[in-house]
Amino acid sequence: MTTLTDLTLAQARDGLRNKDFTARELTESYIAAMDKHRDLNAYITETPELALAQAAESDARLAKGDAGAMEGLPIGMKDLFCTEGVLTTAGSHILDGFKPPYESTVSARLKQAGAVLLGKTNLDEFAMGSSNETSYYGASKNPWKATGDDRDLVPGGSSGGSAAAVAARIAIAATGTDTGGSIRQPAAYCGITGIKPTYGRCSRWGIIAYASSLDQAGPMTRDVRDAAIMLGAMSGYDPKDSTSANLPVPDFEAALTGNIKGLRIGLPKEYRPEGLSPEIAALWDRGAQWLKDAGAEVVEISLPHTKYALATYYVIAPAECSSNLARYDGVRFGLRVEGSSLDEMYMKTRAAGFGTEVQRRIMMGTYVLSAGYYDAYYLKAQKVRALIAQDFRQAFEQVDVILAPTAPTPAFGMGENMADPITMYLNDVFTVPTSLAGLPGLSVPAGLSATGLPLGLQLIGKPFDEETVLRVGGVIEDAAGFTAKPTLA
Amino acid sequence: MLDKQTVRNIAFLARIDVKEDDLEPLANQLSGIIGWVEQLGEVNTDGVAPMTSVTNQVLRWRADELTDGGRADQVVLNAPDKLDGCFAVPKMVE
Amino acid sequence: MSYIIKGNTGDWEVVIGLEVHAQVISNSKLFSGADTTFGAEPNSQVSFVDAGFPGMLPVINAKCVEQAVRTGLGLKAKINNRSVFARKNYFYADLPQGYQISQYELPIVGEGTLILDMPDGSTRAVGIERLHLEQDAGKSMHDQHPNKSLIDLNRSGVALMEIVSKPDMRTPEEAGAYLRKLRAILRYLGSCDGNMEEGSMRCDVNVSVRHPGEEFRTRCEIKNVNSVRFVMQAIEHEAARHVEVYESGGDIRQETRLFDPSRGETRSMRSKEQAHDYRYFPDPDLLPLEFDDAYVEAIRATLPELPDEKKERFISEYGITAYDATVLVMDQENSAFFETVAKGRDGKTAVAWVTTNLFGSLNKRGLSVSDSPVSATQLGQLIDLVADNTLSTRLAKDVFEIMMDEGKDPSVIVEERGMKQVTDTSAIEAACDQVIAANAEKADEVRNGKEKLVAWFVGQVMKATQGKANPAMLQEILKKKLLG
Repeated sequence: MTTLTDLTLAQARDGLRNKDFTARELTESYIAAMDKHRDLNAYITETPELALAQAAESDARLAKGDAGAMEGLPIGMKDLFCTEGVLTTAGSHILDGFKPPYESTVSARLKQAGAVLLGKTNLDEFAMGSSNETSYYGASKNPWKATGDDRDLVPGGSSGGSAAAVAARIAIAATGTDTGGSIRQPAAYCGITGIKPTYGRCSRWGIIAYASSLDQAGPMTRDVRDAAIMLGAMSGYDPKDSTSANLPVPDFEAALTGNIKGLRIGLPKEYRPEGLSPEIAALWDRGAQWLKDAGAEVVEISLPHTKYALATYYVIAPAECSSNLARYDGVRFGLRVEGSSLDEMYMKTRAAGFGTEVQRRIMMGTYVLSAGYYDAYYLKAQKVRALIAQDFRQAFEQVDVILAPTAPTPAFGMGENMADPITMYLNDVFTVPTSLAGLPGLSVPAGLSATGLPLGLQLIGKPFDEETVLRVGGVIEDAAGFTAKPTLA
Repeated sequence: MLDKQTVRNIAFLARIDVKEDDLEPLANQLSGIIGWVEQLGEVNTDGVAPMTSVTNQVLRWRADELTDGGRADQVVLNAPDKLDGCFAVPKMVE
Repeated sequence: MSYIIKGNTGDWEVVIGLEVHAQVISNSKLFSGADTTFGAEPNSQVSFVDAGFPGMLPVINAKCVEQAVRTGLGLKAKINNRSVFARKNYFYADLPQGYQISQYELPIVGEGTLILDMPDGSTRAVGIERLHLEQDAGKSMHDQHPNKSLIDLNRSGVALMEIVSKPDMRTPEEAGAYLRKLRAILRYLGSCDGNMEEGSMRCDVNVSVRHPGEEFRTRCEIKNVNSVRFVMQAIEHEAARHVEVYESGGDIRQETRLFDPSRGETRSMRSKEQAHDYRYFPDPDLLPLEFDDAYVEAIRATLPELPDEKKERFISEYGITAYDATVLVMDQENSAFFETVAKGRDGKTAVAWVTTNLFGSLNKRGLSVSDSPVSATQLGQLIDLVADNTLSTRLAKDVFEIMMDEGKDPSVIVEERGMKQVTDTSAIEAACDQVIAANAEKADEVRNGKEKLVAWFVGQVMKATQGKANPAMLQEILKKKLLG
């Protein structure tokens, strides 16, 4: 054991219970590390005093022996989760000064389980982006750098701050949200584990909405076991969210048996398009071999509508966002730019409050829902979405889990993809179909690129079968033996 | 594809002030994305029902009980402008 | 009944459709647990859901679903076992989410029928297009500050039923009858209190005109008219305006207008002129609203007898006219009062007492049936006293007025004041003899053929007996004595 911040969540949990160290000590180590790596800009708001107070309560509970599943574990909270009395920004200027008078269900559950809040992590504005560069509070940096190249890289997005914080050891774990890949892609870029559970597994109540039919919260952690533990603490039925699933929460950690004998693993042939980076293809093949070696059967499957997933996503998500973001109007909270009339106040406030990418998606969404275009774009996209979901349903008649790359490239340089929105959107090509179908998807670090950057493999499961996804993910993790650490940490 | 006037209309519907000079570039950008999205036209969706809910759940109903309200102070706490317990906005004319 | 506007280019007919927003009776709001009571302190009945705060989500109130289904059944409408909530997107200060959760393509209730009862006793069917559930908006106040408007969100999120008629009405009277009938049905069902003054029932009126037999022409929508009388006035004015515009060579533009009751006219709402594009789409925060037939049948089993059925029954069971039955059934309390009075008695007598005497007297006193000093049981007793000849109809009217003042049982009043009618033949004969003796000349005139004077004698004897003589006996005895 080197330093406390190097411990995984599971190790720290056990250490706290064994009284090897206190929650206060653990939290202080993290606060010190946060100080040291503030240049990563992983946090928008740091809450060290709150963290220490919570740590003291955790120590008291640990002493009494009534520790929760996350007792005393210091985490980062994506700044899309409303936290009572703590500034909540969604990475946007428009929520200036907003302190919610309520706590999101997921953050409340984590608190209930004993987690310690280190701060609110950086993100693309309203979770719209794949590089964390659209944050009003400045981009967060990836703690990794390419071999022999000092340029700053993006941590991915939108949960870039969470991914950077976990990778740089300035949070033991962090929450993320995933709409089209926003947990999995940054997890892959930063060499950590992230799971987007099945739509409906985690309550959306109190999470600032981007695209309601796609948004799902999930954990971002150092390894698969940590993800299983934290997912358990975040999950569960919430009567305040009409789309929350009324299902029992399994013991995800217990699913990590390492036994995948006889499981059928699908490799979708459409995920190997012409021009797929050879090193990504090779990583994928290696992953398939590891699973075969562990006794699983690997078969090729077809998801014929994969090609249309991105276009579908970029109709549906902007449409929902154009409506979800209408409430930011300068009347009840956040920024207001005065105007002589109500409309003028709205227009100035929203022009000043939203960044370029958010404005672009709102306009896109407004257009595809407007009279005369609804059928051609929105309705068409909802039909294609149904076909994409059907592809997966049919595939899961043959296989138990699907293996695919998480992202088409490793982390790219800051500013590289900002010029062309469509190039940026292509980062989500392997993650978006899963989101459209509402399925669980896990990204596990599985190797390094030629340039020394982490690469992830993705496991996609049946609805509410996170257990199989985690179990297979654990096998990949073991086989990959990914021990590399970011340059900075 | 999208011309300046269309973008001006959309911007008004979305209540986003777009400067006159920015209309043209924005029209080009949005046209680019819309053009790319139009690949969906290749998909045969005859007889396909649009997907309206992701989960196979039914809508749950809550009981008709009073469980909320009674905290006017918190409701207006974050308001940029307020008066007499109400939100204040520039005068609206009928 | 026809309503034709005579123009230079011929006759014009009015085409009317109504959209009624009826506030659902429920404790809490459509998608939040905040109170729906009218008139509380600003923003005190607001959840963060109603105020459109970040991350807040709607959860539907079962009672509101039940009320919508109930109302649909009351309108003999098709109940849709699967309906979808959609967002209607527009910006307004009293609309905190930036959209209203409503129903668009698939409403909870489809086509139905409402029967109009016209004053001449005839009926007319008006089609119901649909009924859907939606959220109400907040309230904007413009008088508190010179350059600010204030927003109170207490009403934001309260459940409304929007009930849309087909363009089936042709006269202002039909529109009035539609609203009165709809209000009666909603009150019977207990799904809306129908109070137009407090705004729990609001009406948008669609008006167009055409030459009979033509296709529909462009309609204008008059927003938020808040009384039956104003709806009828607004239609008259708007129809006349259309005719005038057409006949002077102009064209009617489809637009939203406002009715100004002080001037009795409509005017264009310029602020609403900017083209609306509501961009409806299914609300992704909600799943489709679904229920099975058993749910609908369980609600159907609890429906009260509704005005139309009650009217039919009153006509057949009590033999009263369609007109009287209509008057009675428009209000549940009135009809219950009537039934208590009529049970086991002559229906026609009962209806006359209730609609003429009771309603007339209550009206004069500014009271409603629920405040009536005379109970239905007491009114029944009074009728019984006439039937058993204790009272003449005339005496009964006097007793009734005393009952209205004092609230006592009729038998008590009769007893206390000795108001029992005289049916003793000898007593009446004696009184007749006295009057005839005192008016010998007039008696002779009768005998000489001026039979009309008999009535004068009846009056005199009545006066002599303080009105207590049984009128039929008196008539008979007098005739015998004067004419032999």
